[in-house]
Order: sequence, then structure tokens, then C-alpha cells
Amino acid sequence: MNKIEVNHLTKIFGSHPQQGLKRLKNGEQKNGILKKTGMTVGVNQASFAVKPGEIFVIMGLSGSGKSTLIRLVNRLIEPTDGEVLIDGEDITKMDKHTLIETRRKKLGMVFQKFGLLPHKTIMNNVAFGLEIQGIEREKREKIALETIEDVGLKGYEDSYPSELSGGMQQRVGIARALANDTDILLMDEAFSALDPIIRKEMQDELLKIQNKLGKTVLFITHDLDEALKLGDRIAIMKDGKIVQIGTSEEILENPADDYVSNFVKDVDRSKVLEASHVMKKPEVLLSYKDGPRLAVRKMEEASVSSIFVTDKEKNFKGLLTIDDAVKAYQNNISMEEMLITEDVYTTSPDTPLNDLIGIAANVKYPIVIVEDGKLLGIVSRVSILSGLVLGKEKDEVESI
Amino acid sequence: MNYIDLPLEEWTNNFVNGWLLPVMSGFFDSISTALSSFIDGVTNLITSIPPEIIAVVLILLAWKLAGRGIALFTLIGCLYIGSVDLWAETMQTVAIVIVSTIISVIFGVPVGIASAKSSLIDKIVRPILDFMQTLPIFVYLIPSILLFGLGGVPAVIATFVFAAPPAVRMTRLGILQVPEEVVEASKAFGTTSKQLLFKVQLPLAIPTIMAGINQTIMLALSMAVVASMIGAPGLGSVVLSGISTVNVGLGLTGGLAIVVIAIILDRITQGVGNKL
Repeated sequence: MNKIEVNHLTKIFGSHPQQGLKRLKNGEQKNGILKKTGMTVGVNQASFAVKPGEIFVIMGLSGSGKSTLIRLVNRLIEPTDGEVLIDGEDITKMDKHTLIETRRKKLGMVFQKFGLLPHKTIMNNVAFGLEIQGIEREKREKIALETIEDVGLKGYEDSYPSELSGGMQQRVGIARALANDTDILLMDEAFSALDPIIRKEMQDELLKIQNKLGKTVLFITHDLDEALKLGDRIAIMKDGKIVQIGTSEEILENPADDYVSNFVKDVDRSKVLEASHVMKKPEVLLSYKDGPRLAVRKMEEASVSSIFVTDKEKNFKGLLTIDDAVKAYQNNISMEEMLITEDVYTTSPDTPLNDLIGIAANVKYPIVIVEDGKLLGIVSRVSILSGLVLGKEKDEVESI
Repeated sequence: MNYIDLPLEEWTNNFVNGWLLPVMSGFFDSISTALSSFIDGVTNLITSIPPEIIAVVLILLAWKLAGRGIALFTLIGCLYIGSVDLWAETMQTVAIVIVSTIISVIFGVPVGIASAKSSLIDKIVRPILDFMQTLPIFVYLIPSILLFGLGGVPAVIATFVFAAPPAVRMTRLGILQVPEEVVEASKAFGTTSKQLLFKVQLPLAIPTIMAGINQTIMLALSMAVVASMIGAPGLGSVVLSGISTVNVGLGLTGGLAIVVIAIILDRITQGVGNKL
């Protein structure tokens, strides 16, 4: 079962939200509704599902409705329409008591501006969720202390939030959410207020925590790099609507519309793309049984100066240059002896492009992508660079 | 501009003389009795304590909460009040200030909380507060004599009307000033609305609420002379008799005592607000 399931969730801010809802359902746009009725569509019929143990990132620019959306999930904001299932139970229909229980037991939350209680010590901040559940002091302080240690803030229990740096304050925010031991963590731009180095550190920390504890994380961000790094899947929001949901690769490779492709245009693709995304089938392949004569002909037809050689099972054997092929033909040497194997760099298809950039600059021949010994494709320096610049568009160019 | 004849004067008089006084007098009498025993209790308490003890307590409080300078000022101030032989009158004034401040806080803080939580209540309360603060004092001073007779009780009522609004306004402000993210975070972790109020909003609002209470005390003191016009005992009546007999020296002596008490109470209550 999905941990979080959101169906047709809509929030309209204004005096007559139901009227606005009708207009939305008739297909009117956010801007039109704002002009005609003065009401703002915060979230427009959003639907998605988060699986247990998944980091699901919702990413969008400011004003896209992502912060409203995450607040609808734990009903800090009352939705206008739609449902939010937490472990199969619709939070939008819960009475006050059940809602409070659900927030306490199932939904931890981390805020962009931390939202720590300035009048309480770090210890009491972390224990706050337990305190309001009426858990006795000794027990809640024990749990809080362990969690404070887990996030690396041991020794700061008696400090006040204002005495800590931003990064440390957010560790307290995370500890507070972890102390409640909820399955779900809602993170609203949790790292956006931190400087880049701390942010990266916290991202790694989150991945570690998620790995260890298997939390289900709903993460909001405006930073695409962060989304790509953290997200098992990413939903892209625009004007309150979810325009695309997919893995990082899917979104980079097949942007759903101009908005998304514009968005991903500037992404540092090297971190996301893998060798398999940019590799090409070698134009010609030579089998062992083909003799050097055929090798020369094939190279001539394709006007290339070297050719990859495999056996019958497509196992990669080596590279044959035109010079060597001619030499073998003239001197009647067997082709196997002339194969170049040592200078050819082979790697697996899931190697990040980032790792290949340096290698490609230093090798004479294209990099060979091999899986279980079989040749899958080759990556030339050109295809790495064009992959970085163009992504999938490169294929379209070629097919024209 | 006289399009319709509005007999507000006649209506009010009919209302006061025809209904308020005859029908409600029992109700006002019981309020009057309760308040007057409250005022007497406080007055008796603080006049029964030797002046030296009160002075020492005030000096220590001033030292703790407002620093050495104010402690020194408190010492000199207390010596001055004793030297001009106005200690008893000062305590009578302080008793009325204490009672009106307590009543103002009892009413003001909950109303402030309610108007912070509900914009409807705020819409109703706000003009009432404006009314209380700007209506000329004598307009309600005279009816309060009619209802409560002369003495400390109408003085406390009139002081309450004038001095309570800051307690309401600052309580509301203090609660609304609690950062949105702190409130959201508390809700997200499952606080009930009672827990949110008592564990988060009120503790964070206390410095602002204390500033409001400080203003209430100052306004209550500023009412001392007016209160004595309707028979309240204390420093006000000293000043008043100084004015009415054109005894400038007596007026100044009483007036200075009011200023001294005002400064001491202001610095001490401000210190409480800053320490929290």
C-alpha cells in the first residue's frame, strides 16, 4: 500500500472556493480564475502516491504551490477538494482528535525556517512532540538525548536555538521530527535556508538517515540539483499543477513539456546521466570469423579507421585498427594477434558520466560499455559532450 | 446637517434614570461591595507592612530587575516620600493602582487572547477599546459616581476603563507576533489548541504582554489625580487640595511623589518583562 496517496487535491484561497473549484473543473486556468474572481488557486487537482521508504521530491519555483501542497498533506491548510490518504486513511475527513493523533504518530515535519521553540532548550525542543503526547519526562528525555546524539549535536542539549548556527538548528529540526518516530517525514524546503556546503552535508545526512531508518520522505524544494540528488522520484509543479512525475533520468531525458525542459536545461547532467544514456551502437562490428580482408572492407565502407571485434556471443574481444588489419592481411597474421585490448577502456553501463569525462580526455579510442563481458555500445568523447549539452535531444537531431 | 433630530441626550437620561439606576442598582451595589472590600484589603495589607520593609523589598527588586542605578533611585525616592510625610497616601494610591491593574489583566489578557484567535472578536473589541481610550474621562466618571457612589470603587472602575486597553492590545499583539513557522511546527507535531496556547503562544508572548501590563500601570498612575476628584484617597487628593487652595508647594510635593512611584514601578515591571 502507498504510504501517502494524494488524489485530485485542490486548494483555492479566497472567499468562494467552491465556485472557483467549479471553474477549475470546467477547465479554466489559474490566471483566468484570478482575474475573474480574485481567488488564488494554490494547488490544482494534484495527484501522486509515495511508496514506503521512498524519497519523493516535489519541485517547483516559488508560487508553484509546493509549500501549500505539503501543508495540505498534514492539513495545516484545509483542502478545498480531493483526498489525502495516509496509510490508506483520508486525513481530510478526520475529526480533530484523529487528526492530532495522526500528526503525532505518523507525520513528522521539518521546516525551512526551522520553526524551533525559542524559549525551550534543544533537549526540550527535540522532546516537544513527545511532551505534548503526555510522555513522562524521564522517558522522553532519554529518547530526545539519543536522537540528539544521532544528528551529531551531543553536548548542546542545554543550549537554546538562538545559540546555534543555521545548520545546527536544522539538525535540531530533524531530530525533533525523528524523536517522534513517525514513518513519514514531510520536509518543506528543509535545506534551502542553509549555505551550500552545509546544505550538501545535510543532504548526505538525510540520505544516510533514510537508508538506516527507511523513512518515507516527502521533500519540497525549488532546487533542481537537490531534487535530482535526493529524489527516488520527482514531481514537477507549475501554477499549482503537477506537470510531470518521474525518476531523475525520466525527467531529464523526456521532459513532459516546454516548462520542464526549460527547467532541466541548465542541470549539471554529468551528475545524473550514466554511460548507458549516451552510448551508441558501434557503426560496424567485426566478428572473429570475419577475416582481415572483410575488416578492411567494412572500415572502408563506414569510412572509419578502427573497428570493434566480438565473438559469436557478442563478447567484446578488442579493437582492430585499419593499419593492423592491412598488416595482418599482407603478412597473413591471424587477426587475434593484432587486436588491441590494453589501450581500450571498458566500463559498465551505469557509470556516471561525470566519471567518464576525465577518462575520455586521456584515451585514444572510444570507451567501450560492457555488461557481463558483452559489448553494449561505445561512448566517444563527442557523445559525452553532446550528452551533457543536449541530453536526449541529440537523438532527435540524429534521426532528422 | 440637522436632517433628523437625534435625541441621544434624552434617551440616555431616560435609560440611566428610568432603568439603570432603579432596576440594576442591586447588581451595582454588589459589585461595589466586592470591589471596595478588595481595595480595602489591599490597602490594609500594604499599609500594615512597615514602610522600611516595603522600601527594602522595592530596592532589592529594582536592583535585581533594573540595575544598581534604579535601586539607588528607589532608595532616594522612598526616603523622599517618607520625608514629606506622604507614605500613607502613597500606599493608598498604590493600592488603587494594584487593584485596577489586577482587574485590567484579568479582563485584558483573555480578551486579548480571544481577539488574537478570532478576527470577528477582534473586529468587535477594537472599537470598544478605542471608545474606552478616547472618550473624555469625565463622561464616564460622573455615571460611575451615580452607580457606585463616591470613593475608591468608581476610581478603580474609571481607571480600569482608561488603563485596560493596552493589556488587551499588547496581549493580542504578543500572540500574533509568535512566528508563523513556530505555530505551524507546533501544530504539525500534534498540539491541541490548548497546548498551542499555553506551551507555545503565551510563553512567547509574555515579554509583549508584560509591556502591556507596564503601560496599564503607568496609565493607572496617571489617573490618580482624576480618581481623587471622585473621592479616592491617596496622592491625588494631596495634589488636588494643593491646586484648590493654590498651594503650589503642596501640589508639587504630591506630584513629585506620583512621579517617583511611576518611575519605580515602570522600571521594575519593565525589568520583569525583559528577564522573561
